[in-house]
Amino acid sequence: MTIVHNLFFFLVFPGFLFAAAIGLFAGWIDRKVTARLQWRVGPPWHQNFMDVAKLFCKETLIPEGCSRGLFFSMPVVALATATLASTIVAMANLSRAHGFIGDFIVVLYLAMVPSIAVMLGGAASGNPLANLGVSREMKLVLSYELPFVLASAVPIIKSGYAIRLGEILDCQIRDGAFITSPSGIVAFLVSLLVLQAKLGFVPFDVAEAETEIAGGVYIEYSGKALGIWKLTRAVLMVGLPILVSTVLLGGAGLPQYFLILVLMIVIKNTNPRVRIDQALRFFWGPVAGLALLAVVLAMIGR
Amino acid sequence: MNFRLNALTRSIYVFHLSSGSCNNCDIEIIDCLTPRYDIERFGIQLVGSIRHADVLLCTGSCNRQAIVRVQRLYEQAPKPVFVVAFGACGSSRGIFRDSYNTVEPLDKIIPVDAYIPGCPPKPEAIIDGIMKLIKKVRGTP
Repeated sequence: MTIVHNLFFFLVFPGFLFAAAIGLFAGWIDRKVTARLQWRVGPPWHQNFMDVAKLFCKETLIPEGCSRGLFFSMPVVALATATLASTIVAMANLSRAHGFIGDFIVVLYLAMVPSIAVMLGGAASGNPLANLGVSREMKLVLSYELPFVLASAVPIIKSGYAIRLGEILDCQIRDGAFITSPSGIVAFLVSLLVLQAKLGFVPFDVAEAETEIAGGVYIEYSGKALGIWKLTRAVLMVGLPILVSTVLLGGAGLPQYFLILVLMIVIKNTNPRVRIDQALRFFWGPVAGLALLAVVLAMIGR
Repeated sequence: MNFRLNALTRSIYVFHLSSGSCNNCDIEIIDCLTPRYDIERFGIQLVGSIRHADVLLCTGSCNRQAIVRVQRLYEQAPKPVFVVAFGACGSSRGIFRDSYNTVEPLDKIIPVDAYIPGCPPKPEAIIDGIMKLIKKVRGTP
């Protein structure tokens, strides 16, 4: 019975189907708000669903000289890990006793796997532009993981060194959300910037850069494989914001998710794309400094 | 109308290929994405890679060097892909009809599904062409 239950959690609610639907809808909100900010009308609400449906109807091409196994397994790996990460976080919110010790750490690792899968998949395609995207993605991951891990240490320290999402939530329900403390605010700011890079949103979309390297890591993906990448992005667009709102905003409700989404869209629309060296300097300089400050503040109990 | 055609015509990714155009058509294509016309509201997007494309939008007169590239791009596109000949040059070689350098028009090189004439076509003409292509794909008059 537990296997059936877990499969249901993973595949239907709050896992794959639910997260993908919410993520595609959030993707529409992003496009619509962007359009309104540019004084346009924007696509209808079902646009992202149609995009994915269309991609699943199209032919999937095998590029010449690609490593076929790696090329086609990586989107599936990315989708599976993204779904797993978002399921664990969502389950911790639904029943706080449900998790296991260390699930926060596991989620941090799982959230990184899609980036690695993107790199491997892009490199397997053998396209020079994809390889350029891969090298950028690699540098981006190296640059944002340090501030993200430091910012994630803040809720752990503030909840008395609990590494279970349920305990962190319990602590916040008892003492109020961590965002209300100075260290929580700084950690949230850092997490928001890291989310932007993790989701490949505009100031840090160097790895795909449509106008510059023509889709970068995704350049050779077509049809169903590209559709699976789009679904992965949709699931991550749910999983990562609810992770941040779980550990810092005291739970992942609709208002918290919407707040993070809107902030990300605003950052996206008010900034131009940065070069990879600028991104690296930004994350290892000011952002890592802020994250360190947040950790120090949390250590002295602020 | 079946689900596949519905999805295909409501989410059109366009790859823009310039086979030796004077850049005027290329500017008019970008015009369609501006606030005044905004064709993203019909789900139409420009993409950077031919592997993502549903429509190959070809501007320019297809000169001798471009012919090989046009053929290769058509073969690299995931099917079903629709080709739109854009502008006077794309449709019929325009003023370069008798040039030594333009051997054949686009529709002799790859199958063309829709023509958008004009030098350059107005954004209204482009939207009209898109509607004609969608109707053709759906099979409705």
